[in-house]
Order: sequence, then structure tokens, then C-alpha cells
Amino acid sequence: MANLTIKNLKKSFGDIEILKGIDLEIKDNEFVVFVGPSGCGKSTLLRSIAGLEDVTSGHIMLDHKEITDLAPAKRDLAMVFQSYALYPHMSVRKNMSFALELAKENKEVISTKVSEAARILELEPLLERKPKELSGGQRQRVAIGRAIVRQPKVFLFDEPLSNLDAALRVQMRLELARLHHDLNATMIYVTHDQVEAMTLADKVVVLNQGRIEQVGTPLELYRNPANRFVAGFLGMPKMSFLPGNVTAIDASSVTVELTSGASVTLPAASEHLRKGSAVTVGVRPENIDVVEPSESSLTGYMDIAESLGSDTYCYVKTDGQETLTVRMPGNFACNYGDRIGLRLHVDECHLFDEQGNAVQKPSRMAA
Amino acid sequence: MLSLKQRRSLNTLLMGVLAWGVALAIFFPIFWMLLTSFKTEIDAFATPPQLFFSPTLENYTLVNERSDYLHFAWNSVVVSFGSTIIGMMLAVPAAYSMAFFETKRTKGTLLWMLSTKMLPPVGVLVPIYLLFKDTGLLDTKTGLVIIYTLINLPIMIWMAYTYFKEIPKEVLEAARMDGSTLFQEIWRVLLPMSKGGLAATVLLSLILSWNEAFWSLNLTASEAAPLTALIASYSSPEGLFWAKLSAVSTLACAPILIFGWISQKQLVRGLSFGAVK
Repeated sequence: MANLTIKNLKKSFGDIEILKGIDLEIKDNEFVVFVGPSGCGKSTLLRSIAGLEDVTSGHIMLDHKEITDLAPAKRDLAMVFQSYALYPHMSVRKNMSFALELAKENKEVISTKVSEAARILELEPLLERKPKELSGGQRQRVAIGRAIVRQPKVFLFDEPLSNLDAALRVQMRLELARLHHDLNATMIYVTHDQVEAMTLADKVVVLNQGRIEQVGTPLELYRNPANRFVAGFLGMPKMSFLPGNVTAIDASSVTVELTSGASVTLPAASEHLRKGSAVTVGVRPENIDVVEPSESSLTGYMDIAESLGSDTYCYVKTDGQETLTVRMPGNFACNYGDRIGLRLHVDECHLFDEQGNAVQKPSRMAA
Repeated sequence: MLSLKQRRSLNTLLMGVLAWGVALAIFFPIFWMLLTSFKTEIDAFATPPQLFFSPTLENYTLVNERSDYLHFAWNSVVVSFGSTIIGMMLAVPAAYSMAFFETKRTKGTLLWMLSTKMLPPVGVLVPIYLLFKDTGLLDTKTGLVIIYTLINLPIMIWMAYTYFKEIPKEVLEAARMDGSTLFQEIWRVLLPMSKGGLAATVLLSLILSWNEAFWSLNLTASEAAPLTALIASYSSPEGLFWAKLSAVSTLACAPILIFGWISQKQLVRGLSFGAVK
């Protein structure tokens, strides 16, 4: 069992407040990913859980036991660092057995546990090597092995894949997902890479400027971002934002006039929107169709098109000088400067008020 | 015109000659001291100086008769090893805290410690002499150990700090996560990772303490006098006896020279650690 509860956690370095009151529940066996831009406090939050940083105020509880002021050694957590942080003077075997030796574990037990971890991570032929004789991916596996042998209550990962090259990163990502499945362990994972967050997490925690913006499953966050920040942060390529003003409101929809003069009517439950309110329409690249200019009131010019083979990402400049990203099939043909019309899938669009908070959709209100 | 290859080998040759020249210039006084120690007093005075002479061991015999070499040598050993061990026991924790738990005042503290080395020792001779007199530390090995520890401590902390700075903080954090106590973290992770640099620190401290003369001459008489004091005792008021002085100097230098020779690899690697990467 490992339920982690964080209550109103604050952390300052000097006058600078890094964490501004974090509340979070992490359940047993969950894979939780902290994601956010650099400087958002995600690493500090992880290090506070680890005990490597003293917190300014608030509580951290593991299985209802207060661990806020406990030394890292006494928390029963294991951490995998971005730089691997292997002990360079010890062999792979020693690196993995170090924690168990410190815990005065029986020699045979240590040997069994290390062999077991080495088998899972395919490190058996490397056990007698020193870290400097290993490749980046192998070092990363040793770092994970060092955490596994301890069978900790919670695994902490601090951007573990960011030092690896792209191909290896994808491979290790899969291995981590498999490991989580096999070990059935609680894992907390910090990354700035939203692909890692989307693919690995049971629960994503989006952080920004020391605050939690939203918590939810990857798809919840993707489909129902609570605000513009989350909407813009998750998704690749990013969601496009079109500023505009409300021109008409009824019970279940809102009509917005965009800067270019085009109007769109979106389903929305608009309790606090008034006629004339400034709003932003958010639309994902897959929710836009390219049509003939005559077929749509939203028109523009083709700017750059990136062909990825499977998809083509078109960057379009509208007549209102907004930039839109459109995902088209890989065989889509277009030229720089082509005049085009754009049709938005209004049901899939997001509406944000002046403060950047999402305006609820009527159907979900009912549900 | 010389080809690139020729120019390179010429360069190597010139550098080699230069290096040997510098090495010989530095080594020459030691060589001359060694030579003089095997001369008679008459030969030692001869002008022009003689390179070829019939060597004699009489200086060494005389020195041995007149003074108890082992007594002084033992004092040197006790004092230099004693001050180095105590110094390291203080320097390692100090450098650890400054390297890994840096505060706003760390840089200032380091500079302040180093600045104590800029004061001419003679400036504090009288206060320290009086302090030693009042506390009964005059002419004691304990007194010398204390003073050597204190004068070498800034350098030891500074060196250890530099080596510790090279060690990634995450490795120590990993040890902490793995369940190390503070002592285990330092003993089993930090020290093995910085052993090259710390060995250089130990060696430097030993050499500095062994060769220290100002305080040993002023704070000891006979009981705690180390080899440097023995050498000085041979430049006596009744005249200079070059050959005997050379013999006793050779005896005093020999242990540390041999020690340095054996450990030169470690020393060079340690001293150039931070500079060349």
C-alpha cells in the first residue's frame, strides 16, 4: 500500500515562492506524471516528496503517516535521477546492492534481489562493470535497477529519459510502462515532455508557476482542458487560439466574432458571458478542415506546410492575421500562398473566457 | 621551409630542452647540497667549487655523534602526520558543507580563510608566542600540531572544496535516498569519489608541515624540535660549516623527497584535477 497525500505544500527559496500551495492525492499503484514548463516547480515538488528539499509549510503524508520532516533515508522511497547518479566507484552489482547493504539485509537475500532486478532489466552480463563502461541506456537501467531492488513504497523519477537520444527514449518509455505494469508499484514521474506524460500516466498533474493547473487522466486533460494553459500545453502540434468577441448568446450556444470578421457558433453553457465579452476559441489541428474559400467565412493563406509522411501539418495565416495549425493527411497537396477556406468542427472547439478559464459545454453540464 | 612534421618534431625537441633546463635549474641546489655533504669542510669552501673530489662520510658521522637525528625526525613525523590527520578531519566536513550546502556567505568565508594566509606570520609571532607560553604549549609537539593544523587548514579546505565541487550533487542525493546516514554518505560515496584529490591534499599538507621552519624555530627549543630546527642549529655563531650543514639538510630532506617521489603521480594528478579536464 502506498497512498500519498499532499496538503497545502509551500516551498520558497529566499523570497521566491516556488510551490504556492499544492494539494494532491496519489493512490496506490498509480502512475502519476508531473508535467509543466521549466521552472514550474515540478522537480521541486518531487524533491520535496523525496525529502531532498525542506518544505516551507504544508504536509506530506504516506499512508496517513506524516513524513514531511523525515530524512530521505527514512521515507521508503526510491528515486531515479536525470543524470542517473550512479556511484562511479562501484560495479553495477554494488550500485544495486548498496541500499540493501545499508539496510543490513542478509547477503543471500541481497544476491537474489539483485539477480532478479538484473534479469528484469537485462543487466545480467553487465553486473561486474563500472558505470563508466556502460552506455547511456544501460546506465539508466542500472539506475532503475537500483530503485527496484529496494521494493520501495513509491518510485520517484526525475526526468529520467531526457538524457537519452530520441530512439532510446521511445524504447525506455515502453520499458517503463511495462515495468509499472509488472511491478504494480506507485510511481511519480516528472517530465517536461508532454508525450511522456500522455503515454505513461494514469494521472497527469499539470503544473504552472508553482500551482496545479489541472489533474486528470491524459484524455480528460486533452479533451476537457480546464484552462488555456492546459489546452495549449498538451497536444502536439499545439492547439490554435483565435481571439474574438461574443455577439450572441442563447441557452446552449455562443456566437463569437473573430478578429477576421468570421463568426462561429459554439455549444457552450455561458453563465457569466455577456454580449461583447472577450473570449478565445481554441481548436486542435485535427478539428479543422480545409475547404474552398467560398465555402467558409473563415479564410486565409497557406503559410508553411510540414510533411511528416503520415500527416501534413499546415500553418495557415487567417485574414485576421491569426496563425492556425491544421492537420491534414500525408498526401495533402498545397502551395505556399494558396488561398483557402477553413471549417472548424465546432463541437470539438474549446471556448475560454477573458481569464483563460474554459467555458463549460452544455452536454457535459447535463452529464 | 620545414615540413609540418619536421616543425612538430623541432617543437617537441625545443620543449624537451626547455623542460629539462627548468628541471635541472630547480634540482641543482638539491644536487649541490647532496654533493657538498660528501665533501670535507675544506673542499666545501674551495674556490672555484669542485665537482670532482674524494667523497667522505665524515660529515654524516659527525652529525650523528653531535645530534640525535632520530629524535628530530620522529618529531617531524609526529607533527606533520598529526597536523595532517587532524586537518583532514576538519577540512573534509567543512568543505562538504560548503560545496554541497552553499549559502550566501560561503564564497566570503572561503576568501576570508584564504586571506589569513596573506598575513605575514611574523606579524602574529608575539601574540602567538605569548599564548603558547601562557598555555604551556611552548616546545611541545601538541603546540606544533595545533599551529600547523591551523596554518594549513585554509589550503586544505580550499583544495577539498574544489574537488568536492566536481562531484555531482545527485550522487550524494542518491546515497541519501538509498538510506545512507551522513557519515555513510561521506565515507562510502564522497571520499572514494574524491580520493585522488584528497590524496593530493594530504600530500601537500604533509610536505608543507614537514618543511615548515618559521614556527618550529620560534616555538620549539629541543624537546619538540623537528628536522627544520635541527638544520638551523648547524648555522651556528662560531661559523658556518657548509659540509655538515649540507649533510644534515640532506638527512632532513631525504624522507619527504623519497615520499614525494613515490607519490608524484598521485600528486600531479590531484593538483591538476580541476584545471585540466
